[in-house]
Amino acid sequence: MGKQEPLIFEKSRPGRAAYSLPDLDVPLQSVKDLIPKELLRDNLNLPELSEIDVVRHFTHLSEKNLGVDSAFYPLGSCTMKYNPKVSEEIAKLPHFTEIHPYQAEDEISGILELLYNFEQYLCAIFGYEAFTFQPAAGAHGELTALLMIKAYHENKSKVSGPRSKVIIPDSSHGTNPASVALVGYETVVVKSNSRGNIDIEALKEVVGDDTAALMLTNPNTLGLFDEHILEVADIVHKAGGLLYYDGANANATLGICRPADLGFDVAHFNLHKTFSTPHGCGGPGSGPVGVNKKLEPFLPVPRVIKQTTNYNLQSTNYNQSIGRVHSFYGNINVIVKAYAYIRSLGAEGLKKVSENAVLNANYMMKRLRDDYFLKYDRTCQHEFVISAKWQKEKYGVRALDIAKRLLDYGFHPPTIYFPLIVEEALMIEPTETESRETLDAFCDAMISIARECETNPDLVKNAPHTMSVKRVNEGKAARELNLRWSQG
Amino acid sequence: MTDYIPNTAKDQESMLKAIGKKSIDELFSDIPEKVRLKKPLNLPQGLSEPELLEELSALSKKNELASTFLGAGSYNHFIPSVVKHIVSRSEFYTAYTPYQAEASQGILQAIYEYQSMICELTGMDAANASMYDGATAIAEAAFLACRATGRKEIVVSSAVHPEYRSVLKTYAKGAGLNVKEAPFSKNQATLDLATLDIGRATGNNNLACVILQQPNFFGSIEDVRSLAEKIHAAGALFIVCADPISLGLLKAPGDYGADIVVGEGQSLGNPRSFGGPGLGIFAVKKPLLRQIPGRVVGQTTDADGKRAFCLTLQTREQHIRRERATSNICSNEALAALAATVYLSVMGKQGLRKVAELCLQKADYLKRKLKDKVVFKGPTFKEFVIKTNKKVGVGLEQFYPELKNCRLICVTELTSKKVMDGLVKDLGRSH
Repeated sequence: MGKQEPLIFEKSRPGRAAYSLPDLDVPLQSVKDLIPKELLRDNLNLPELSEIDVVRHFTHLSEKNLGVDSAFYPLGSCTMKYNPKVSEEIAKLPHFTEIHPYQAEDEISGILELLYNFEQYLCAIFGYEAFTFQPAAGAHGELTALLMIKAYHENKSKVSGPRSKVIIPDSSHGTNPASVALVGYETVVVKSNSRGNIDIEALKEVVGDDTAALMLTNPNTLGLFDEHILEVADIVHKAGGLLYYDGANANATLGICRPADLGFDVAHFNLHKTFSTPHGCGGPGSGPVGVNKKLEPFLPVPRVIKQTTNYNLQSTNYNQSIGRVHSFYGNINVIVKAYAYIRSLGAEGLKKVSENAVLNANYMMKRLRDDYFLKYDRTCQHEFVISAKWQKEKYGVRALDIAKRLLDYGFHPPTIYFPLIVEEALMIEPTETESRETLDAFCDAMISIARECETNPDLVKNAPHTMSVKRVNEGKAARELNLRWSQG
Repeated sequence: MTDYIPNTAKDQESMLKAIGKKSIDELFSDIPEKVRLKKPLNLPQGLSEPELLEELSALSKKNELASTFLGAGSYNHFIPSVVKHIVSRSEFYTAYTPYQAEASQGILQAIYEYQSMICELTGMDAANASMYDGATAIAEAAFLACRATGRKEIVVSSAVHPEYRSVLKTYAKGAGLNVKEAPFSKNQATLDLATLDIGRATGNNNLACVILQQPNFFGSIEDVRSLAEKIHAAGALFIVCADPISLGLLKAPGDYGADIVVGEGQSLGNPRSFGGPGLGIFAVKKPLLRQIPGRVVGQTTDADGKRAFCLTLQTREQHIRRERATSNICSNEALAALAATVYLSVMGKQGLRKVAELCLQKADYLKRKLKDKVVFKGPTFKEFVIKTNKKVGVGLEQFYPELKNCRLICVTELTSKKVMDGLVKDLGRSH
């Protein structure tokens, strides 16, 4: 891991090539006769390498990267569970990869059947009437849902007047307010109480006839189930608002409870979290949105419809639809993997997922609570938030330092500095696919680091010591912007 | 049933004991009793791995492999084996977003190389680490233009991919922005410069941007000479949605005055997969750099002064700036961007040009053979429109009712002369 890898451009040598293409099998024309020469380029500075150079370069780079297959990855709110190999194999079947979005419906009945079934499965798991699969990620799902919420209110506005405010708890994901802003709505923050729930009195103060919706993650980003969710839903609904469920934390709820039954009118889910599709260094993901009857007319088009034995893509008959949010039908290849996952586990397996995810988190919380500050002392769900507050106050060691030191112990760090309402937060989500031994090894490392903070804080503050690079200077990256290689 | 859960009943028992709980059920006591599920989820029985492979393989075979000549935004370009092998390395595909730079130097360097290659192809100064697809990249580009100019009117050529325009309209409606479509000429299917009187098109000084696709949805090459000057004179930004394969041959949009270049990068090493995942390319000129949406990788040094990479300009992003972020995007298409980086490394300077030339030459061959059926005049790249009753390529009437019996034909480096001659014969036999 230690050796630096030059940039691919620096390895380039004029005349080398790794490509292999067929010869031209039609009569050659002069390019300038086909395209005006003013529209042609005269130079293209892509690198020139042999095939083995390219393979070694990217293999070396992969060795400087940490994935779930290499290490425990307890990133809170990210659900970094094991990604089954068989799902990858299935998604690479040529009859899934070599199909075109504009093929005739009778040529693509396999993928349409898969999409139709997948919608039924998600409806069964979460309690909704229908789903769209166009959103490519969680935040994209949020935007899609907010566009539907806006369309719903505009449709009703003759009776109820305009609504412009979306209530969001102070523990929310950053994507929530960012998505709200994209549809021209205004964010109203409601605070959490001492048990980590939404403060009901504070909610009553901000809710009103201008409330478009409340967005909530439940279990929330503290890993706590909001005990008063039914009351929250009632307050928002009575004011004429809708309830939005950010399904980032749905891994705690499979077979346990369903967001639609809790009163959430609309929800997005992250297939790359709950349904085990790989994160791919940040994507592609998939963020399907489920809706109840109230919002179904506003779903994006086209939708997959079953007609006796045939499956169709339909866009007509949905004149209230918000339209499209993605070209074609969304990240279909990700959906294939999630479909394989649900077919493997079934109802029984999915319930075991949540049970074990929650048990694992509570077990770790118990093991770490004596050495790290625990702000909200309750049974957690699939994740929990501890804090480096003690270490910072006594030894000047921050959550960031502890995260970096964990790398030396061979673990990916937890999510840090989130949620914002816990200072020096370390947000830990083990997932169900980790064994007790792995959890113990991680907790042992955390406790050992807590001792290092006492005896040798500089060791922690200067971590990591064993990765391909030492602590990376992020401040310098922002001050002296260098976003691309250029020649010379 | 398969569940990938290592802990046994015995493990669970000892863990419950350690946390002082009697049962797993007790862990869920904060959930109101009346909404706790009493019955199992209504799902088909879980499958073992061999059963799963059999079922899914059979389901996949209900799909027919895509026939030749289909394009329209999802293209059959060759994917070198190297690309598939590299993106299948689990150090890449099972990793998270590279927030922890020290554990992510591999993908960070690869994305930096991706940004550099995209800048080279497009003639821009900075590229982000990807958007979802070409359509959402156009919508985000239009948002950027509206933010940067403080204006609210977006003009898009109606020869831009119909689905991209549809996504743009969905986004714009939500944000309270206006989209106007500029007609294409009936003769060449390119932007009609005569009708694009920018002052008249807007009726005021509210024009934020003009969006073109190059080559456009019909495969026609837009004559972009002098267009940038007109757009800039109106105080608006020029957005070009480019096919990255065509940029092996065509002038970089930055060299004819584009301010923002977006595009669909699926062609660069990613399979069609029924239209997704795609790869949203997004690049800008320097003055717009701090307005760029999404993740951006920068070069820096580590504590020892060695070269290192990290995500940068993060104060633009949702996890820091929340409602004032430049976009809400978080997850992107990083692995597709990695595929594009490997693809462009394999193809290199000569290979990408060769792919583009093969597309151009072969498409032109077929176009000449079908001369009497070709609908529009003027230069095209790898797609063109013909009039026929036969179901070949993509029917255009669904998007443009006036283009009855018009079909979009796509030819790539993988389309052989033999297959093209077969089509010529087939179409000759019709009527």
